[in-house]
Amino acid sequence: MTDGEILIDVKGVAKHFGDGETRVDALRDVDLQVRAGEVIALLGPSGSGKTTLLNVIGCILAPSAGKVTLDGETVFDGQWLRRDLRRLRLDKIGFIFQTHNLLPFLTAEENVAVVLDLAGWSVEKGRARAGDLLGYLEVDHRAAAKPALLSGGEAQRVAIARALANRPRIILADEPTAALDGKRAGLVMDLLRKLAVEQEACIVTVTHDEKIFDRFDRLVHLRDGRLADA
Amino acid sequence: MGPFAEASNIPLTTRDAVARMPGVAEAGAINFQNIEAAHAGASLRLYVIGYEPEHPGGPQRIAEGRGIGTSHFELVADRKTGLLTGETIRLGRNRFVVVGLVEGAMNAGGDPAVYVTLSDAMALQTELDPAAQRVQAARGVVSVKSASVAAVIARMAPGADVDLLAATVRQWKHLAALTQAEQEEILLSSVVDLARRQIGLFLGILLSVSAVVIALIIYTMTMEKLKQIATLKLIGAPDRTIVALIVQQALILGASGWGIGLVLILTVKDYFPRRVVLEPFNAMVLAGIIFAVCIAASGLGVRAAMKVDPATALGS
Ligand SMILES: Nc1ncnc2c1ncn2[C@@H]1O[C@H](COP(=O)(O)OP(=O)(O)O)[C@@H](O)[C@H]1O
Ligand SMILES: [Mg+2]
Repeated sequence: MTDGEILIDVKGVAKHFGDGETRVDALRDVDLQVRAGEVIALLGPSGSGKTTLLNVIGCILAPSAGKVTLDGETVFDGQWLRRDLRRLRLDKIGFIFQTHNLLPFLTAEENVAVVLDLAGWSVEKGRARAGDLLGYLEVDHRAAAKPALLSGGEAQRVAIARALANRPRIILADEPTAALDGKRAGLVMDLLRKLAVEQEACIVTVTHDEKIFDRFDRLVHLRDGRLADA
Repeated sequence: MGPFAEASNIPLTTRDAVARMPGVAEAGAINFQNIEAAHAGASLRLYVIGYEPEHPGGPQRIAEGRGIGTSHFELVADRKTGLLTGETIRLGRNRFVVVGLVEGAMNAGGDPAVYVTLSDAMALQTELDPAAQRVQAARGVVSVKSASVAAVIARMAPGADVDLLAATVRQWKHLAALTQAEQEEILLSSVVDLARRQIGLFLGILLSVSAVVIALIIYTMTMEKLKQIATLKLIGAPDRTIVALIVQQALILGASGWGIGLVLILTVKDYFPRRVVLEPFNAMVLAGIIFAVCIAASGLGVRAAMKVDPATALGS
């Protein structure tokens, strides 16, 4: 699993909040590489910097120092190298949330298609791809349902379909199984692994869920903002 | 100012003089008074018009029943009075039979009209005079206004010159002549003007309050959607998508408000104490105002939405 292309390359990244007495060092000199096909977990006690690292990789938060390269493109090197960070996220990154965060006024299929619409796809092509993805995730029978009518597992699969819609090669997940029972959590992890292999993508997951630790290729531990090898 | 805008008193003989003038096809004398009558256990405010049957000044179009046939104690009422044909109602000392109904007859204040013969109306006027005057009358003092009416209505012969006739009548010193158009103009500018300004003020206040309410609702709706907005920003939606979402929502709100309001107005306007005329143009202007208010109100929601940090979508 370590012979794929490097999709995430974080070098010497530091992030601190505040200054002087209130200064908090959330990340200190973090180096991390994730390759295509890899599914890794970010672990660590509360306040250790997991969310901060995920936000830095997700181009939501600017590091205080360091360099971030995503899918071959250096996006941060002391400063953002792209002006339109939302477009960057749309093109390169898929997000999966703790709760599904689907838009309640759209159907399952529309929730997936909306990403393609944003990416400039035509309506028909967008709908077709959304339908295909829902089929791939085995929720196509719920395509016309509003999120409120979906079960937890169905909603999470629709959310995964949305994350995959624009074919990003980096998928960031924040406690994707926290809202699911053990069996469903296992199914979602199997699915993510299958995606990583088939779509040549990498998946970085923040999790506390010990039941699924054995599903990861690597566990990355954070302690006080530093990587601590397990 | 004309008989509808202020009290007026002219001798009944004026009618014959007017009828004899060149160009006048026929003329009729009328008078009017506001009275309070008891009917079906409630008190009814009526605008009593006295006219001469067979002469101009009577009801325009009988909707139900017939016109006044005998010279005494019959009346034709506007539907808004709630009276039905065949019913009787006491006006002054006598009972009147309702023989016909008309629609849309009322004075500037919105009191529904009833038509009686001029002689009945004049008798009614004397009966309702203040007690002191009745005492005078009983002593044999001839009432000054015994044979006076409020106005004379003339119908012109086809092709006659209205303005020439009006000018001639005006030369009779103390008499004023008004054409139909002049009469309407006076009612609009003097009698209805105050009501119009009051309603305009109410409308202004209501619109301002609605604008604030709409703004608050949109703001609240946006606040409820902060997580969705953060999610949209996180997955890469540009600001214009988010603004469009909020504005669209505001417009849906405004459009449904306008629709509901319109249906409501159309269903209740006939029960409104004043006559309400709603023209399509007014509805369009209202739509325009609501549109502007909604757009302005969205500004508040948009400002809140722009401040949302996409990171809040990722809770952990
Ligand atoms: N926006 C912020 N402002 C100030 N301090 C922050 C902010 N975000 C995170 N921190 C601090 O950075 C540290 C790491 O936080 P975080 O990455 O959320 O940890 P974890 O996700 O592992 O619980 C914590 O001490 C937290 O208080
Ligand atoms: Mg955290």
